[in-house]
Amino acid sequence: MKKCQNYFKTILYASSVNESYSRIIVSAFASQLDPTVEEIADIKTAVSEAVTNCIVHAYKNETDEKKKKIYIEASYDTDGIFTVSVKDRGCGIPDIKKAMEPLFTTDAANERSGMGFSIMESFTDKLHVTSREGVGTKVTMSKRLKPKKQLFGGNN
Amino acid sequence: MDLTVWNEKDKLFLRLSGEIDHHAVKDTRKEVDDLIAKNRPKTLIMDLSSIDFMDSSGLGFVLGRLRKMNDIKGNMLILNPAKRAEEMLKMAGADKLVKIMRSDDHSA
Repeated sequence: MKKCQNYFKTILYASSVNESYSRIIVSAFASQLDPTVEEIADIKTAVSEAVTNCIVHAYKNETDEKKKKIYIEASYDTDGIFTVSVKDRGCGIPDIKKAMEPLFTTDAANERSGMGFSIMESFTDKLHVTSREGVGTKVTMSKRLKPKKQLFGGNN
Repeated sequence: MDLTVWNEKDKLFLRLSGEIDHHAVKDTRKEVDDLIAKNRPKTLIMDLSSIDFMDSSGLGFVLGRLRKMNDIKGNMLILNPAKRAEEMLKMAGADKLVKIMRSDDHSA
């Protein structure tokens, strides 16, 4: 049976200076599972995409700076499955399926590449997005960081 | 992110180092576009060898400068991209739009 082994939660302002901060704290937490350099880079990139979405899109119509908050939760279980969620209380995504299409962007003028969700998808094992217009969006990603011993079995 | 710039005839060299994300790109974009407008280079060479981190905002930045160079009928090269940066460019198919060049490693 897998069991949650560790957990943390943090709330920060949706300000672009926090992009680097958020990927560093999440990857530092994940490093407790002894991931490879590649795995850490995958997590950093995926988190950066999710957080950047909150900053660029979620609060584009919000004028009260204090309401622009990003909620990050991360955990891992005894099977070594690492999970991170990035949530906002912003405008929401009207059509998630469309938003997740590679190269789809609502903000080409600002050189948004439309690759955010594709990158999250390819750098993690599982990506789940829930969103409601006017309520907010939650992106949950998980990645197996400790398959090594369990997968190959044996007592060594 | 740090930006180092130098000119050589009709070439403009840009060396980007550090982390290239949405925050880093915000200021750098205008700085680079002003340089392109002022120098009107035939070739823009973007050295990505010292990039430690790049996400889709970095991708947008690279492709945006390619577009700027196309606008002035110039071309663009990417020089020695770091492993992750190159992966990111390939994932978006950017390696088909912009030439990626490797020079011999003189730093070793």
